[in-house]
Amino acid sequence: MPTRQKFDHELEELRTNILNLGNMVNEQITDAVRSLINQDLELANAIVVKDIALNDLQAIIEEKCILLIATQQPFARDLRKLVAGFKISIYLERMGDLSVDLAKVTIRIGEEEFIKPIVDIPRMSALVQEMIDIGLKAYVDEDCGAASEMSLIDDQIDKIYSGVFGELRSIMMEDPNKVTQANYLLFASRFLERLGDYCTNIAEEIVYICNGKRMDLNE
Amino acid sequence: MDKIVVDKLDLFYGDQQALNKICLTMKEKSVTALIGPSGCGKSTFLRTLNRMQDLTPSVKISGKITIDGQDIYAPGTDVVLLRKKVGMVFQNPNPFPKSVFENIAYGPRIHGESDKKRLNEIVETSLKDAALWNEVKDRLHESALGLSGGQQQRLCIARLLAVGPEILLMDEPTSALDPISTMKIEELIAELKDKYSIMIVTHNMHQASRVSDRTAFFLSGDLIEEDVTSILFTRPAKKKTEDYISGRFG
Repeated sequence: MPTRQKFDHELEELRTNILNLGNMVNEQITDAVRSLINQDLELANAIVVKDIALNDLQAIIEEKCILLIATQQPFARDLRKLVAGFKISIYLERMGDLSVDLAKVTIRIGEEEFIKPIVDIPRMSALVQEMIDIGLKAYVDEDCGAASEMSLIDDQIDKIYSGVFGELRSIMMEDPNKVTQANYLLFASRFLERLGDYCTNIAEEIVYICNGKRMDLNE
Repeated sequence: MDKIVVDKLDLFYGDQQALNKICLTMKEKSVTALIGPSGCGKSTFLRTLNRMQDLTPSVKISGKITIDGQDIYAPGTDVVLLRKKVGMVFQNPNPFPKSVFENIAYGPRIHGESDKKRLNEIVETSLKDAALWNEVKDRLHESALGLSGGQQQRLCIARLLAVGPEILLMDEPTSALDPISTMKIEELIAELKDKYSIMIVTHNMHQASRVSDRTAFFLSGDLIEEDVTSILFTRPAKKKTEDYISGRFG
């Protein structure tokens, strides 16, 4: 007869909550970038409000992890799942905050005409979302191999960010009237670059669940 | 430095094999925990280290156990001296029905110590080393049976220390104790490690993870895995170990 059924059920519930949190973050990022491209202030404001639900879910996950560590006293893979789950939830919550920061860029730019075509930000966003999708699937499958794939995508995001940084710096140097919006767009790119870094942090936690080893994928 | 080296140890009770080719090394002044389900052979293994198994009829042992390089099963080995060097504490505290003082002084007297002043020193030092002195110094001549379970267990440890051992074997020393007494014994183990090499059998895996430097997992007479405690409890190499420490047997 299988043992620790109740604990296994609780771990499954925890995993479902983390997946839900990940999907919520993914949706927030999609909406935040869409609000920027379409200059949709209503959508941007909705993202700010929706972040509360995301924070609440993270708090539930955190509480559950603490409770399970205290009451089930796990070892080995069970312990790693809880510690990693706890950290992943914190990274996802922080990613939610960055989505809000992205939405605030939309609000600050308002209806002002863009100083350049918004091409790279959607590209970065698509790559971040790809990383989240791979990460969530790898988390469910406990697939260590996905980490290197995620790391490669993060490198692509970093390269795009570097290009955006150069382009916006040139615009700011050429026309002081564009400095404010260029800064906002630079912030938005930076937020997306940071989102990629958080995804690699999640990949590191998945590796930890799989084999108990710590690796730095952001190097 | 290696204190105990066990090489290909087999043990049979009649035709029943209880230990199968066990190889294990214990460093000096360290704590090794033995874990595993009931009947896995961990207590049997512990009892081979001071030849307590000699007292069990129909036991056959092969392989080699050396302590400080000496084969303890070599012909001519003085078993009394071996058990002085390798002391043992059991699951249930078993003080003699004598005073606290007499419990401690008994061993040194057996080994020839008769000087009263020296015996007083041994009793005080042993009780201090067992973290019991402050609790019993005013009742040394009262019956040891009047002490609490936790105090009795520390008294038994003090009784061991009085004969100057180098290795302490502990067979589930806290399984009959309440949590506070258990913590006192665990703190004591941490202190004793500076002077003694300790091997402890425990069913409490959190105790093993708290008190030991290395942990060995036994199953059905086999040593499945032995490693640094922090590694064994977070990323064991063997699935059987993982299943056992995660409570997923069966």
